[in-house]
Amino acid sequence: MKFTLSWLKDHLDTDASLGTIVETLTRIGLEVERVEDKAADLAAYRIAAVLTAEQHPNADRLRVCTVETGDGAPPVQVVCGAPNARAGMKSVFAPPGTYVPGKDITLSVGTIRGVESRGMLCSGAELGLSDDHDGILDLPADAPVGEAYAAYAGLDDPVIEINLTPNRPDCTSIHGIARDLAAAGLGSLKREPLPPVRGEGACPVSVDLAFAAEDRHLCPLFGLRLVRGVRNGPSPDWLQRRLRAIGLRPINALVDITNYITFDRGRPLHVFDAAKVTGNLTVRRARVGEEVVALDGRTYRLDEGVVVIADAAGVESIAGIMGGEHSGCDETTTDVLIESALWDPRTIAQTGRRLGIITDARYRFERGVDPAFTLPGLDLATRMVTELCGGIPTQASVAGEMPDTDRVIDFPWTEVRRLSGLDLPRPEMKVTLESLGFHVAGSGDRVKVLPPSWRPDVEGKADLVEEIVRIAGLDRIDPKPLPRIEATVIRPVLTVLQRRTRLAKRELAARGLVEAVTWSFIAKDEARAFGGGRPDLALANPIAADLSDMRPSLLPGLLRAAQRNADRGYGDVALFEVGQCFASDQPEGQSMRAAAIRRGTARFAGAGRHWDGAAQAVDAFEAKADALALLTALGVPTGGLQVVAGGPDYFHPGRSGTLQFGPKNPIGHFGEVHPRVLKTLDVKGPVVAFEIVLDALPLPKHRPTKVKPPAKLSEFQPVSRDFAFVVGRDVAAGDILKAAQAAERTLIAGVEVFDVYEGAGIGSDQKSVAVAVRLQPVDRTLTDAEIEAVSARIVAEVSRKTGATLRG
Amino acid sequence: MTDLHSLESDLLAKVEAAADEAALDGVRVAALGKKGAVSDLLKTLGTLSPEERKERGPLINGLRDRVQGAILARRESLAEAALAARLAAERIDVTLPVREGPETRGRVHPITQVIDEITAIFGDMGFSIAEGPDIETDELNFTALNFPEGHPAREMHDTFFLAPDRDGKRKLLRTHTSPVQVRTMRTQQPPIRVICPGRTYRHDSDQTHTPMFHQVEGLVIDRSANIAHLKWILEEFCKAFFEVESVKMRFRPSFFPFTEPSAEVDIQCSRKGGEIRFGEGDDWLEILGCGMVHPNVLRQCGLDPDQVQGFAWGMGIDRIAMLKYGMPDLRPFFEADLRWLDHYGFRPLDIPSLVGGLTG
Repeated sequence: MKFTLSWLKDHLDTDASLGTIVETLTRIGLEVERVEDKAADLAAYRIAAVLTAEQHPNADRLRVCTVETGDGAPPVQVVCGAPNARAGMKSVFAPPGTYVPGKDITLSVGTIRGVESRGMLCSGAELGLSDDHDGILDLPADAPVGEAYAAYAGLDDPVIEINLTPNRPDCTSIHGIARDLAAAGLGSLKREPLPPVRGEGACPVSVDLAFAAEDRHLCPLFGLRLVRGVRNGPSPDWLQRRLRAIGLRPINALVDITNYITFDRGRPLHVFDAAKVTGNLTVRRARVGEEVVALDGRTYRLDEGVVVIADAAGVESIAGIMGGEHSGCDETTTDVLIESALWDPRTIAQTGRRLGIITDARYRFERGVDPAFTLPGLDLATRMVTELCGGIPTQASVAGEMPDTDRVIDFPWTEVRRLSGLDLPRPEMKVTLESLGFHVAGSGDRVKVLPPSWRPDVEGKADLVEEIVRIAGLDRIDPKPLPRIEATVIRPVLTVLQRRTRLAKRELAARGLVEAVTWSFIAKDEARAFGGGRPDLALANPIAADLSDMRPSLLPGLLRAAQRNADRGYGDVALFEVGQCFASDQPEGQSMRAAAIRRGTARFAGAGRHWDGAAQAVDAFEAKADALALLTALGVPTGGLQVVAGGPDYFHPGRSGTLQFGPKNPIGHFGEVHPRVLKTLDVKGPVVAFEIVLDALPLPKHRPTKVKPPAKLSEFQPVSRDFAFVVGRDVAAGDILKAAQAAERTLIAGVEVFDVYEGAGIGSDQKSVAVAVRLQPVDRTLTDAEIEAVSARIVAEVSRKTGATLRG
Repeated sequence: MTDLHSLESDLLAKVEAAADEAALDGVRVAALGKKGAVSDLLKTLGTLSPEERKERGPLINGLRDRVQGAILARRESLAEAALAARLAAERIDVTLPVREGPETRGRVHPITQVIDEITAIFGDMGFSIAEGPDIETDELNFTALNFPEGHPAREMHDTFFLAPDRDGKRKLLRTHTSPVQVRTMRTQQPPIRVICPGRTYRHDSDQTHTPMFHQVEGLVIDRSANIAHLKWILEEFCKAFFEVESVKMRFRPSFFPFTEPSAEVDIQCSRKGGEIRFGEGDDWLEILGCGMVHPNVLRQCGLDPDQVQGFAWGMGIDRIAMLKYGMPDLRPFFEADLRWLDHYGFRPLDIPSLVGGLTG
């Protein structure tokens, strides 16, 4: 919403400065977005007389001028390149030190081709006023030398633009803005009486609101009046200047009047050339397929969602949004029909969006125009038409009736303090409401408040509190500490999952992985490749084709990110993400996951070549190590954790594993990503990855105390024994370890695999797995016989479970 | 007597001349070995008369002790020299670079860091963290929050919708974390103090908007929470978060469907060469929206607006991260460019806390 200072002062009697007005507007909720004050911006630019203009001695296209700048100052020498610079002309002069908006430079005293130049004669473009670069401004001979150009040119009316919130239709009107400022103490609102227009004779054109009963809200009230015998030419200068100042293009007097009242009073109007209207007007829903050429020259195809004004010949106007070209007013118009109607805000908003039309009328009707001003607005327009264009008005033809907007709010004054914490004197609150147009009835602690017709946004007590507080100023509310609910040391507030989510990120970062945050939506083929792509997780309106489906896994996003980095020359990528994934559109279908990928040689110990040994390409064990480290860091009890071969089909079938607490409780997977999947995603591998579902992890055991069990530190030396077991190639090392561990419960403190060998010396379908078993005596040093006995039990147990033989 | 003196100087000279451990041992055997010169002299003591022994004994024993001492000293100095020679040979080039450790390479995303900072601050003020699903119903995202039917935010060009189900109802991606507030109010009795951080989505993509972004909202509901408390919380938060002694904030009346009264909050700052500093200057920068929870919202959550009251606020996590840490552009937040993450990310052990300071 834009307006000029002088226009505002038509409605507000004030001596407040521009600065105070601007500051107050923002303070009361009418946020000022921009102030354009040409008088201030162009203060240095003065009207000047060119006394002489001689050819520059060293440049064909330049002239050396002497310029009289006024106030009796001696003439100034200026070098000027404009073709129209000539002795005797009046133009605009800027002295050194002046900022030139059109060129974004600040002038200084210069020497141009050997001739000194002390300032500049300016074009309209240099002043940022027009696109006219052709020459310097050529002012009439009577232009007063030395005066500010902005004032002379009528540019000294500052333009203020406010960012209006959608709840304030009343401030789509300059009158409404003035009312708010007056309430805030910045002068008084001018209330000129608007006596009704007494027309001569009935309006010959009638209006039929052709709506079914349930559609009457689409147009509750419609006023129309004919003015005969108008002369429609350009509107007067003052009107054109105001419209231009707020960015509107003057058209002709009749159209300019409707635009003027739209801004002045927030009351959009429409004018039809009566000669081009056939028969009576009907207001109705458009029919499917009907078309209209609107005033913007474009053809709009309509349907039943659109309300139109039609005559016997067809649609003449898209109601409340834009008139039709056919019945528009031009210089030939002699009889004009003025329309002032009420439209349903929702329908206007929907129609405007669907047709893609943005107009000042739509802007107001979709917010809600003051219903009570429908007919006064028609009268105001009529009066302006007769004043500016002559003519004789008829009486108004009115269809429908003014909707009842009266509502009473039962308001205890204490509500202001209850919600805002601000204690205001009752008279101040009452004055505020009344100056905003509210009617306050009764006295005492509770009053009845009747909001004005122009405030459809005010529904209840909280709205009244807002009115009172915003006018008083939110800055008057002193901050007050919010006391703790209980006067105690803060207790932990994070849930287990929240704690684990935080910790997961720190742990994975500590493993050299870099945290990425990737889109929650991915391409459909990527989603499908990772078990997703369900129809209930596809967006109806994706922002891009490759951001169409909610992700079933974090891996596609990470893999794509890895490739983007590789394409930039960073191939050793170690990335992780902790975030949500989606298995259905239900809240239960959303899971919190942690995943990481490693590409190239991005190993835990470091990537790339190094004098101390080059890093090998990543393998599935890197991903396994990441996954297990994460589980340990999260405090997941890993006693029952199983690692079984194989994973989902987006992993390499022979180089992947599943982490589970029993077959029914998988918690995640790790391994090499399947080459086919990499191909789908256009990623060069190999890449290893893991993904763990944090929601699926068992909760930590609840313990009544924080006491740890006593540490049992044996006094006796541990003993280590090595065994090389020859087993079938398919036997899992994990089974050997488990069997060895199970052979002796109290003495065996640990079992490690220290070598795996396949090749010469053993069968082609066999491998040798060498394990070291650490025995920890508890109460005495072990005898050789005892050690031999345990060793024998280990060999027997491993052999029983896995068919192993000791390597000879 | 001269024979003893000359023997001693001869032996000491040999000890001193021994170039290595082996030569020194040869000297030792020649002097103190079974048939060594000094040992022979010692043997003669038994053949002497007591008077002679009294005189010769100390002389010969003294000789032995001095030679022995010289050998020991020589051995130590030889060992010292050998060690020095070995160490000199073992010299390494300490300027060779070592591999960076994993904890040096790893990074935490600025969004994670800022959420942790926000959690530390509001946790201290007694807030807990509420979360909810990203895929929401129209009811929770709009209706319960007092968005009227036909509100532009409910259109396809503002909000992401999923395919409609059999009943024609379509789920959506939450446009703010406010549905979490509704879920909280519907399941918890006041007093309520929660913050709701999370991912949010809007159908918007340009220089300053991404279709996915992060928000944190706060909610306080009890019997007396009002705008004065809201102002205090936000001022304290901004001071703590931006780590400045004081901030000047401006509360501008504004409009949101779900709060009444509503305000937008600007924070005073200076902008010098693209760097924003708080607590100084005279520019205003909008950082959040807030207000008293609208009575209609309280009613939608089964609360009586005449009995309980409270306030809510919301701000962009990515945005305040940009303001605090100076990222000029939002879009790289979601591009996973290692160079950007390495530069703007945080080290794994940069864990924000109030006692230690949010940033070190």
